Amino acid sequence: MLFNEPSPLETKVLSRRFGLPNSQSVETFVANEGFAAFRKAVAMTPEAIIDEVKKSNLRGRGGAGFPTGMKWSFVPRNNPKPKYIVVNADESEPGTCKDRLLIQNDPLQLVEGMMIAALVVGAKCGYIYIRGEYRYLIDIMDRAIADAYAKGWLGKNIQGTGFDFDVFTHTGAGAYECGEESALLESLEGKRGVPRIRPPFPAVAGLYRCPTVLNNVETFASVPSILLMGGEAWANLGTPRNGGTRLFCISGHVNKPGVYELPMGFNLMRMIEEVAGGMKGGRKLKAVIPGGSSCPILKAEECDIAMDFDALKAVNSMAGSGGVVVMDETTDMVKVALRIMRFYQHESCGWCIPCREGTLWLKKILTRVEGGMGQRNDAALLHELANNMLGRTFCPLGDAAAMPTISIVEKFRDEFEEYIRRSPMANVAAEESELAVGA
Amino acid sequence: MTLPPELEQKFSEIIGKYPPQHKRSALVPLLLYSQDALGKITPELVTEVARRVGVFPVQVEEVLTYYSMLHFPKPMGKYHVQICTNVSCQLTGGPELWERACKKLGLGHKEVSADGLISLEEVECIGACSWAPAIQINYDFHHFVTPEKLDELLDNLRQLQ
Repeated sequence: MLFNEPSPLETKVLSRRFGLPNSQSVETFVANEGFAAFRKAVAMTPEAIIDEVKKSNLRGRGGAGFPTGMKWSFVPRNNPKPKYIVVNADESEPGTCKDRLLIQNDPLQLVEGMMIAALVVGAKCGYIYIRGEYRYLIDIMDRAIADAYAKGWLGKNIQGTGFDFDVFTHTGAGAYECGEESALLESLEGKRGVPRIRPPFPAVAGLYRCPTVLNNVETFASVPSILLMGGEAWANLGTPRNGGTRLFCISGHVNKPGVYELPMGFNLMRMIEEVAGGMKGGRKLKAVIPGGSSCPILKAEECDIAMDFDALKAVNSMAGSGGVVVMDETTDMVKVALRIMRFYQHESCGWCIPCREGTLWLKKILTRVEGGMGQRNDAALLHELANNMLGRTFCPLGDAAAMPTISIVEKFRDEFEEYIRRSPMANVAAEESELAVGA
Repeated sequence: MTLPPELEQKFSEIIGKYPPQHKRSALVPLLLYSQDALGKITPELVTEVARRVGVFPVQVEEVLTYYSMLHFPKPMGKYHVQICTNVSCQLTGGPELWERACKKLGLGHKEVSADGLISLEEVECIGACSWAPAIQINYDFHHFVTPEKLDELLDNLRQLQ
């Protein structure tokens, strides 16, 4: 099931089975190239599989964009401990809603990707950590897994290959922080979802302190196509160092918001104008968050850009998790900045102080500015506070809160100043008001 | 504590997913599925879950207070209305839906109607950004929600009673 019409501009690789009748079943899956990549992988050495994944230039789709082949090569295969495959399906970055479709329409593609990773590292067991709100997807996934067991595609001696593999779903219960890989592992172990200090990285000491391959849903789901097409051909779908296609989640002020599979490096303006049907009501484009709410915002004039990890990094933003939030000229950037900060403050796990206190203070200052009580140097204060958080937190959540704030204050500073100009506190600065209370 | 048979079966199914020495992994799923089945998390349930996974009750409480979908000690209503106002929904009418729901139900954030039937929560991103504004009632998603559609959904809840 799809929630929006597909676009003729899409390159359907990961989503090629979406919308087929009974696309969640083993029957439909196998009839449409399903498990063919697994068959191929069984005959390959782990090194050869890693080599294909490296050649494909697949980079982590959860947001960090780390090369997947390299991540897999860090797992010590001679370690006597059991190895685990863990899927991050805790999709909760605001603006992102693609993993939902990947599980909903083609759950077994994800399982096949896990199986291939398991062949590489010698894992016998995998967990799919699905956010609690996606209960219906857990049911879909459980049914698909049961179907795969019944038809001999999971369990012992899969299809006579001698390879054993078990897959289980695991429900989260509402915590953005559990999308951070080490916090996800803590949560999967039945604890509070607070991040772990690294190193050691999950590749070496992950689930139950055992070597673990941990990737996003879309990353695993990309692997079968890579083996079928060949790493190089898959890489050539995208741009240099940014292989393949990805699911872009377009939302906000466009005529046809939706999730569309496009090659890496697809131009953002074309995405808005041609894929998503242009701006709603013919209004003017003001800004775009290119990869989920933690990514620095782009002004309209910066939007003629290739949507890949490197091009966005070059303009000090990020490709993130593929959540493209489009804003028109009517958008109040102070309100956007406040809403984003309310989110990060709510989701900060409280483990480290720069994030716990930083998000709280940023929220307090943004709240008073938006509420018409801003003080003279509040814009500068927001900027300074957010800058002080950058790189000083235990996990990336602190940066995720600071980066959009810094970019919005820098690029739309006049809107903050306008709010403050109208405030009765406009002539007061934070430090002075403290003194005034004392006097 | 005796659990209803279906929940008891779910418990064994969930605990069976993890290596026996790591059954603590089942802690959060057990609590969430219990809350769904029983309508609330009670101190007795906390003790029971602690016993099943081999930890102290206080360790269960420590974990459950972390997760926003686990409501303890105050339970939410039979129909839990969750309205997203995060950025994609903010741009497409989420905050207006939130205010409308507050007014219509006479409830605020995480408040429950006197009869325990309906509760309301302003939630963070629920992963429906491209089909915003979106809301969830219990686990059911509703996409492209208009004010009229919201009214209809809320009226239906009263009738479902």
